[in-house]
Amino acid sequence: MAGEERVLVRRHVVHEVGAPILEAVGLSVRYNSRLALEEVSFDLVTGERVAVVGPNGAGKSTLFKVIAGVLSPSAGEVKVAGHCPGSHICIAYVPQRSEVDWTFPVTVADVVMMGRAGRIGLLRRPGRGDWAYVRQCLAVVGMADLAQRQIGELSGGQQQRMFIARALAQEAALMLMDEPLTGLDVPAQEDIFRILDELRARGVTVMVATHDLNLAAEQFDRVMLLNGRLLGFGRPEEVFTAGRLQEAYGGHLRLVETGEGVLALSDTCCDGGA
Amino acid sequence: MMGVSDVIVGPLGYPFMVRGLVASVMVGIVCATVGTYVVLRGMAFFGDALAHAILPGVAVGYLVSGGARGPVFWWALGTGVLTAIWIGAVGKSAQIKEDAAIGIIFAGMFALGIALISTMRSYAVDLAHFLFGDVLGVSNGDLWLTGVLGGLILLTIVGLYKEFLVLSFDPVLAVTLRLPSTLLRYLLLVLIALTIVVSLQTVGVALMVAMLVTPAATAYLLTRRLPAMMGLAALIGALSGVVGLYLSYYVRVASGAAIVLVCTAFFLIVLLLSPRRGLVWGWLRRPAE
Repeated sequence: MAGEERVLVRRHVVHEVGAPILEAVGLSVRYNSRLALEEVSFDLVTGERVAVVGPNGAGKSTLFKVIAGVLSPSAGEVKVAGHCPGSHICIAYVPQRSEVDWTFPVTVADVVMMGRAGRIGLLRRPGRGDWAYVRQCLAVVGMADLAQRQIGELSGGQQQRMFIARALAQEAALMLMDEPLTGLDVPAQEDIFRILDELRARGVTVMVATHDLNLAAEQFDRVMLLNGRLLGFGRPEEVFTAGRLQEAYGGHLRLVETGEGVLALSDTCCDGGA
Repeated sequence: MMGVSDVIVGPLGYPFMVRGLVASVMVGIVCATVGTYVVLRGMAFFGDALAHAILPGVAVGYLVSGGARGPVFWWALGTGVLTAIWIGAVGKSAQIKEDAAIGIIFAGMFALGIALISTMRSYAVDLAHFLFGDVLGVSNGDLWLTGVLGGLILLTIVGLYKEFLVLSFDPVLAVTLRLPSTLLRYLLLVLIALTIVVSLQTVGVALMVAMLVTPAATAYLLTRRLPAMMGLAALIGALSGVVGLYLSYYVRVASGAAIVLVCTAFFLIVLLLSPRRGLVWGWLRRPAE
C-alpha cells in the first residue's frame, strides 16, 4: 500500500539495508544500586529465532524493555536496524500473560486492532482496510472465528496467539515475547511454534524469554544465557555446557553428564507456580 | 389524585427544575463517560481526591468575587487542572507511595478550603453547597458553560478513543507504538479535572466520585466492549440525574444526595441481577455445575 508507506517514511525511520536487525553494545541497566544488566553486547540476524534463558531476576524482562525503548539503559546503546529503538514502531513487546488485565472490556479483534493504532495516526479511526488487516492477522494465528470473543474467555494458548496477531497487526520486524510458553500445555506450545515458523518465513526476528531449557535447545536457532551478564550466546550445544549452566543457575539446576553431553533436567527455580 | 403525566410534567412548571434537569443530564453523561476510564484504570481514589482538592480554589474564587458564580468556576478550573498535573507528577517520584502522596495532597487542600470558607459569614450554607451541590441554583450561563465544556470533553474522549484505549489496556504497547504516552496520561488527568469542575454545582465535591465511578461500574457489569460500556454508563448517569432530581422534588431530600442514591440503587440492582456477572446468576449457576 503506497499511501501507508509514505506515512511510515514521514513519521518513522527507514531501516538501513544490511544492518543487523538488532545491535546491543555494552548495555547496562542500574535499578537503585543494583545492576540488572551488565555490559551486555550482541547482534541479531534478521529472521532468526533466539531463546533468552536464565534464572529469575537474570534481567530478561529488563533486556526486552530496553530493546523496546520502554526503559533507557544506564550505559551502552541499542540499535534497531541501525537506529535507536525510540524511533521505531516495528518492535512488538508481547507481555507476560499474568501482567494483562483479562477483565478489560475488549474483544480479541479490539486488542489486535490496538497494534495498528500507531499507523492509523492520531485522531483517525480504523478504516475498512485496517479491519481487513486485523482479520488476516487473526487468520495467521488460527483465531479468525474468535475475533468477537471477550478476551477473558480465551485459553492460555489463545491469549498468547492473540498477542502474536497484535504484533503482526503492528507489522513488527522484531518481536519480544516474555515467557510466552509458561503455563501452556504441549499442544498449545506446538501451535505457538508453528506460528513462529510462519513468522520466520516472513522475516520476523523473534526473541523469546523462557525457562524451558529443553524447548530452548530444540526449537531455537540460537540461545542466549543471561544472568545479569551475558554468559553465552550461540547454538544451543555451544552454550548449554555444564560449566556455563552451573554459572548461571548455581544449585537451581540439576545436570546429568551423559555419553552424548550434558543433560539439564530442569530449571527448578521458576516453573512451579505457573 | 395525580396522574402519571402530572407527576412528570408538574415540576417542569418551575424554570429552576428545568435548568436543574438539563444540568444533571449533561453532568450525568460527561461524568459517566470520563468515569469509564476512571474505573478501568483504577483511579477512583484519584478522582475523589481531586474533587476534594478543588475546594480551596472554589473558596478563593468565592472570597475574591463576593459570591459571583463566574469567578468561582474559573478558580475551580485552574485549581483542578494544576492539582491534577501535580498529583500526576507525584506518582512518578519515588520517595513515597503514590496513594499516600495523593492522600496528603487531598486532605491538606481540603482542609485549606474549609479554613478559607469558615472565614465567611454564611459559612454553613455555602460550605454545604460546595460539598453537596446546588443543582436547583444553576443559571442559564452555567448551563452554557457546562454544555460547551462537556461537549469539548466528550469530543476529546471520542477523538482520542484508540489512543486512550491503548494507554489504559497496555501502557507498554503505547510506548512501543511511539504514541505520546506522557502527554496522553496528563491529558486524561486534566479531562477528569475538567469533568469534576463542570459537575461541581450539580453534586458537589464530596459526592463527585459517585458520579464518576458508579454509572461506569454499573455499565461494566452489563457489557464486554468499551464503546458499549461508555454508552450505557452515560445512559445510567443521565437517568440517575433525572430520577434523582424528581425524587428530591417529591421526597424533599437534597438533590445531589438523591442523584447519587439513585445511581447506587442502579448499581445494586445490576450487581444482583446482571446476566452472567450478577450475584443471582452466580447463585443459580452454582448447583448446576
